[in-house]
Amino acid sequence: MMRWFEKNTARFWLGSVFLFLYIPLFFLIVFSFNSTRQDGVFTGFSLRWYDALLTDSRLVEGFWLSLKVALFSATLSVLLGCLAAFVLVRYKRFSGRTLFYGLVNAPLVMPEVIIGLSLLLLMVASQRMFGFPERGFITLVVGHTLLGMAYATAVIQSRLLEADRSIEEAAMDLGCRPIQVFFLVTLPAIVPALVSSWLLTFTLSFDDVVLSEFLSGPGATTLPQVIFSYARRGVNPSIYAAATLFIAVVSLGIIAYGAYTLRQQKKTAIP
Amino acid sequence: MKLLLNPGRRFVIGVPYVWLLLFFVLPFLILLRISVTDMGNSVDPFAPLIDTSGDAWRLMLEFKNYISIFSDRVDGPTIYVEAYKTSLKYAALTTLLCLVIGYPFAYFLARCQPSIRPVLLMLVMLPFWTSFLLRIAAWKGILADQGVLNNLLLWLGVIREPMVMLYTDVSMLVGMTYVYLPFMILPLYANLVKMDMRLLEAAHDLGASGLRAFWLITVPLSKAGIIAGCMLVFIPAVGEFVIPSLLGGAENIMIGRVVWDEMFSSNNWPRASALSVVMIVVILVPLALYYRFKDAAGKSA
Repeated sequence: MMRWFEKNTARFWLGSVFLFLYIPLFFLIVFSFNSTRQDGVFTGFSLRWYDALLTDSRLVEGFWLSLKVALFSATLSVLLGCLAAFVLVRYKRFSGRTLFYGLVNAPLVMPEVIIGLSLLLLMVASQRMFGFPERGFITLVVGHTLLGMAYATAVIQSRLLEADRSIEEAAMDLGCRPIQVFFLVTLPAIVPALVSSWLLTFTLSFDDVVLSEFLSGPGATTLPQVIFSYARRGVNPSIYAAATLFIAVVSLGIIAYGAYTLRQQKKTAIP
Repeated sequence: MKLLLNPGRRFVIGVPYVWLLLFFVLPFLILLRISVTDMGNSVDPFAPLIDTSGDAWRLMLEFKNYISIFSDRVDGPTIYVEAYKTSLKYAALTTLLCLVIGYPFAYFLARCQPSIRPVLLMLVMLPFWTSFLLRIAAWKGILADQGVLNNLLLWLGVIREPMVMLYTDVSMLVGMTYVYLPFMILPLYANLVKMDMRLLEAAHDLGASGLRAFWLITVPLSKAGIIAGCMLVFIPAVGEFVIPSLLGGAENIMIGRVVWDEMFSSNNWPRASALSVVMIVVILVPLALYYRFKDAAGKSA
């Protein structure tokens, strides 16, 4: 009796929470195909919001800017995060290590509003002194990289901690220089972490609205900023259409990734 | 000493270090500096700290911005104090709701068959990869007066008139709980899945009921997970900016929004900076307690 009760409570609780997590996604998909602007009733199937999305120049321009910013900041984040993780895992003693450790993790707990505001003040100060940089692409990349680096470091660090050091030592004994050891032994071992941290930081950047609101300038509005301003003004199903396309891309990516890992597992299982 | 002079090593440490000093520490110092300047007489917020124009050197520090946060009016707390209170209130309520919903979820998840656990965990994280902003926008459509939820309840006959949920406490808490729930579930799950089930069997053999064993064994053992989850929800929730803008009403103004308004609507940079510094202090208190707890737990383990 007790076990029956527990089992059904578990089912009910898990099911309800998953429903809660997925209701907004269902809503976005369904109402992106709605034939009217109405939000509460599905009045009929239509693709007009997809049409509206593709002809909306603000959304399209925002998309290209966000894509560029995300590509640059994800790549920079992974490069910097890789160095920082390496420092934290391998260099146990150097002056300023405690400060370094604190600084790497600080952006994770600092409210984004404060990061955005203080970076904006820096950019303004720098512009007054050197006439550089203009608020826009560069400031966005710097801001997103600051946050992305913290996440990338955390992901790469945990992978580096698991890596087998004896292989590196063997390579050293066989005469490799440290830089060769890094590129021939250490780097291949942490490639999965590099890929996942790149995807994570890309998503963070592509999705970010708070930092962008502080750091973007006139004429440089990212996609989330456009969506934010539309969402605040009222119902606009073209952003639902954008969401549905997002969900489609992410689902395809996850299916592809799942298929890839399954194949890798099979490959390693055969010999 | 030889190691420090190694150019490769210097490069590896130097690049991320310089990056962080330049784009994290320096901006913060500028923020601190601007928070103690006087905006009133249209003084340049970037003016030097020490005035050397007179006979003696004068330190140009202005704490007016901080004082005005706490005492602008005689008849009650200022809008800034109200905004801090609102932020703390919603952060605390969100943390509580996430714990109440997330704990049983993580518990049942950890008790599932090992083969389906990764799939379920994946499903928890999946919404993360789609735009956070759009999921919040969806809640706006669901909770609106003429929205899906009201229409559904009206159709079912549960209610006669549409409920007002959008721009109230309800929509704020639904949105915040929705966004932060995974941050609570993941550390709790990681903790609960490692638990030694033999302890519960022992408790059962000694005659403890299921509920009693849960309270006396499972909950205390998962304390580290509970605290980690609460920190991961509470700290970002205090500074939340997007959710109050989309789902909150006029009385749900949180401090992140106020900082933004001071900066861009009132153009009062010193006050925006002072508000941010106070916000950091507000967040540092629970954070310091957390690290102290973590250190203590680390030593006893």
